[in-house]
Amino acid sequence: MLAFIIQRLLQSVLVMLTVALIAFALFNYIGDPINNMVGQDTTQADRERLRQELGLNAPFVVQFARFVGRAARGNFGLSYQQARPVGQIILEKMPATLELSLGAAVLASALGVPMGIYTGLHRYSWVSQGMLAVSLIGVSLPTFLIGTLLILVFAVLLGWLPSFGRGTVVHIGWWTTGLLTVEGLRAIILPAITLALFQMTLIMRLVRAEIIEVLRADYIKFARARGLTSRAVNFGHALKNTLVPVITITGLQLGSIIAFAVITETVFQWPGMGLMFIQAVTFADIPVMAAYLVMVGFFFVIINLVVDLLYYVVDPRLRVEREVAAIG
Amino acid sequence: MVSSLAAQSGWWSRAVDSDLMWSFRRSPVTLAATVVAVVIIGSALMAPLIAPHDPYDLASLSLLNATDPPAWLHDGNWSYLLGTDNQGRDVLSTIFYGTRLSLLVGCSAVFLALLLGVTLGLLAGWRGGIADTLIMRIADVQLSFPAILIALLIDGVAHSVLPREIQTRITLYVLIAAIALSYWVHFARTVRGSTMVERNKEYIQAARVIGVHPARIVIGHLLPNVIGPVLVIATINLATAILTEATLSFLGVGLPPTEPSLGTLIRIGNDYLLSGDWWISVFPGIVLALLILSVNLLGDWLRDAFNPKLR
Repeated sequence: MLAFIIQRLLQSVLVMLTVALIAFALFNYIGDPINNMVGQDTTQADRERLRQELGLNAPFVVQFARFVGRAARGNFGLSYQQARPVGQIILEKMPATLELSLGAAVLASALGVPMGIYTGLHRYSWVSQGMLAVSLIGVSLPTFLIGTLLILVFAVLLGWLPSFGRGTVVHIGWWTTGLLTVEGLRAIILPAITLALFQMTLIMRLVRAEIIEVLRADYIKFARARGLTSRAVNFGHALKNTLVPVITITGLQLGSIIAFAVITETVFQWPGMGLMFIQAVTFADIPVMAAYLVMVGFFFVIINLVVDLLYYVVDPRLRVEREVAAIG
Repeated sequence: MVSSLAAQSGWWSRAVDSDLMWSFRRSPVTLAATVVAVVIIGSALMAPLIAPHDPYDLASLSLLNATDPPAWLHDGNWSYLLGTDNQGRDVLSTIFYGTRLSLLVGCSAVFLALLLGVTLGLLAGWRGGIADTLIMRIADVQLSFPAILIALLIDGVAHSVLPREIQTRITLYVLIAAIALSYWVHFARTVRGSTMVERNKEYIQAARVIGVHPARIVIGHLLPNVIGPVLVIATINLATAILTEATLSFLGVGLPPTEPSLGTLIRIGNDYLLSGDWWISVFPGIVLALLILSVNLLGDWLRDAFNPKLR
């Protein structure tokens, strides 16, 4: 167990360092950082002095180590566009993205799992067939198109919900939340549905496939032969065993939600990190881009790590195999 | 002459009677998807011949005709069947040309990804050792991020880093490269897996024994035996690649409004959605959705048809 955790941790650190290296290369070698800081009339001597002071003449490894050290403390320098510390900008934008992603994740699993169970247990009912047909469309429709259509129907034609922004937000310390005001809640509905739809169809199809697979297994036939009620068989035996892959995939999907949040945030002008990244790309705001890269890399590494460890906890076979291997 | 005709008809009847065609004819969904795909792809290929207007011909555009609604609505104009966009371009014609660009980017990206993935997969599977470890580590790291995010990061960085002058000229290639670099992993992993199985088989051993050059063994003997599943993956990835292109263009880091793909068209239309000019984004959206859906369905069918377990 310990060896496994250490191995996974080392792997995560390696991935993080790779991402940091890319971000650092972007940060340091695209354009001259000095040029971005000084005015036209700064003399060559002053530039050299600044370069020396900022440590830009230091060897590559030293500079990279410093970059990692600063990044670990959330210091990514100043944004070219807004002339404010990037760390501060990210801290401002993060609550919006996390609230949206969490809302979408909850929505996707709360609807996707029951729909998957239903379609798996009642494979040939017309309700299941209908859900499957709709899910195929959900997989094929691009996220931004779903957002556009939702805006067209619910904001433009019906006028029920706002089409952009976060509504009124409440400050709790440094965290801003839109979940405590009516406008904020109304504003999150359309973006959350947009973001959740793809994941929901994915979770539904996964749960369905797993249930169908498990129901074929011998131990289910045996449980039925023992005269257990179908309720006990379906939920006590079958569902439990479908959960392992579902947890894994759902966990990994949390990462995709953050990735797809870029699209949803652009469609709904949601003031989160995704929109910040797209705006940074348009303005060539390299420090913000580098910081986003590191942040997203960090999120993904953490998610992958947690999913791996969860997998280990949930599936006893993995533990036994490893222990047997360790003993043998 | 007669014999060649007979051989031809023999080939034809064999193709018609094959189990592949049988499973094709048996599935009405696949047939419908084929019809839709053929119509969309065909009209995109023949865009210059069938488009009622030339959207690239700036002289023919008039802002007086901007944001005209579709022909069947009040104020509609029958020379612009699906209405016009904000610059007075005919929506139907821009869709034909846009689909062409979307398909061009999608196909080139998948082809490039295939080329890269198959080469690296063969290298990793055949050589093993350090090359294998290195390539597969990179693949693992890349697989832990969603492809669309990687394409977005590569494309976004290239977009803001390249000087403005060259940018407009090479946007298309940057886009293709970004998408290809985010999809090569699937090809590489599949090819590596089957290469490791095939390379120990007798025909490879035999080729080695009689002294065939290793490069020739890999390309002439090994490649034909590992390429099958790759082609199926390519079809499935084509839909994803088209989708990725559309998404990047929608986000404003793909093709520019002067050379709009389907994604760019939807992006343009999105700005006019709130003023009620829905046709600018909705029609390209429908075409994009139908294209992706039909290619997806064809890919699914192909995957099942080639899967011996399901026969």
